[in-house]
Amino acid sequence: MIAIVDYDAGNICSVENALRRLGAEYELTADVQKLDAADKLILPGVGNDARAVASLREKGLVDVLRGRRKPVLGICVGMQIMCRRSEEGAAPGAWTECLDIFDCDIVRFPEGALRGQGAGEVDKVPHMGWNAISNLESKLFKGLDEGSYVYFVHSYYPTLCTDTIATCRHAGVLFSAALKYENFYGTQFHPEKSGDTGELILNNFLAL
Amino acid sequence: MVAKRIIPCLDVKGGAVVKGINFEGLREVGDAVQMGVEYSAQGADELCYLDISASREERSTFTALVEKIALGINIPFTVGGGISSLDDASRLLDSGADKISVNSAAVARPELISEIASKYGSQFVVCAIDAKCVDGVWKVTTHGGSRFSARELFSWAHEAQERGAGEILFTSMDHDGTRGGYACAQYARLSDELSIPIIASGGAGSLEDIAEVLSDGRADAALAASIFHYGQIGIPELKRALAERGIAVRPA
Repeated sequence: MIAIVDYDAGNICSVENALRRLGAEYELTADVQKLDAADKLILPGVGNDARAVASLREKGLVDVLRGRRKPVLGICVGMQIMCRRSEEGAAPGAWTECLDIFDCDIVRFPEGALRGQGAGEVDKVPHMGWNAISNLESKLFKGLDEGSYVYFVHSYYPTLCTDTIATCRHAGVLFSAALKYENFYGTQFHPEKSGDTGELILNNFLAL
Repeated sequence: MVAKRIIPCLDVKGGAVVKGINFEGLREVGDAVQMGVEYSAQGADELCYLDISASREERSTFTALVEKIALGINIPFTVGGGISSLDDASRLLDSGADKISVNSAAVARPELISEIASKYGSQFVVCAIDAKCVDGVWKVTTHGGSRFSARELFSWAHEAQERGAGEILFTSMDHDGTRGGYACAQYARLSDELSIPIIASGGAGSLEDIAEVLSDGRADAALAASIFHYGQIGIPELKRALAERGIAVRPA
């Protein structure tokens, strides 16, 4: 059984639909015992890092996640809050403290970086749309080609670190498109919206 | 490099995809979910479904259809048509839409954009703008181009961005349905002046038109309906042709 962590972190409909398409059994729950018992956890998330971390704390789910030894997949904001700390939702110069599982920070893309194509075209923020991922280093990407395209929607990104298992480039920045530390996995992109490539990644996670 | 997006647009009426020119003689061209699955398999980057239902009865079927689309396809999709309240947006989000587009109702009451964006985030809100050029001024129209509003394209696009719209979908009513090319100069100006992505719509008649609006027009995405529905241009050949011209696309 797969459990999707239910912590009021935005629209999780698309994650549920993706699991249904793959024929996987899942339950949406915030119940600590059910989460403990699940074979795999998915931590979705749309919106704001500070709100998501606060919501996870309110529901008393931080320790359940941090203490887990079976596979966990964080998606987008779900992955960001598994990092060390985030600029999002914090005063300038301050940080939103996160779960400190992945060894990197979440910072904002610079505005106005040249795209390097066309006359004076810039890379826009948010980074929205399909982009290529490279330096793939994980069972999560089994069967995937280097440079496969996946779907991103975000204004803040995880920096590179020793947990990086895929990279992507936007607005002149090379960032972590995916992370792994022991049993914890995270993707900045949305595998549930990334076509057949995304389904392959989700299937790889389910097969761990 | 983030790829330029190709977005087939499907007008939906009573559950079926229809296409007509100038809203006369609508013709059914297929099943909404099935066509979405096929476009997705061909390499479409995103889909846009517009509810063009005329009556409340027809409109009530749209939410159920959105649920089926969300379950059936594995790429992002936008829904629009008749969204006039936060409740409408919430209902479509709960049905599985990735984004909604607002048009006439936002022109009448711009706060609608702020309300939806502050609740669900800018990534959920596309501001669709239909405009016509009159004596050199791009006037915003509503209700499918049938009424002029007091607004002007560029100032309205700026306001929509400030209110939290995540993307602008501009349709030139002068070009729509003509298959004579997009209003490239206007897209380039929107793209230069705004920081959010610009989706071009209206006028695609050939592969060259799409290449032009994504390069000289600096649009982030190109939306089209008839050239895809009638198989005039296949998405795989379109993407190959764009790549050959040095435009970054996700290979089909």
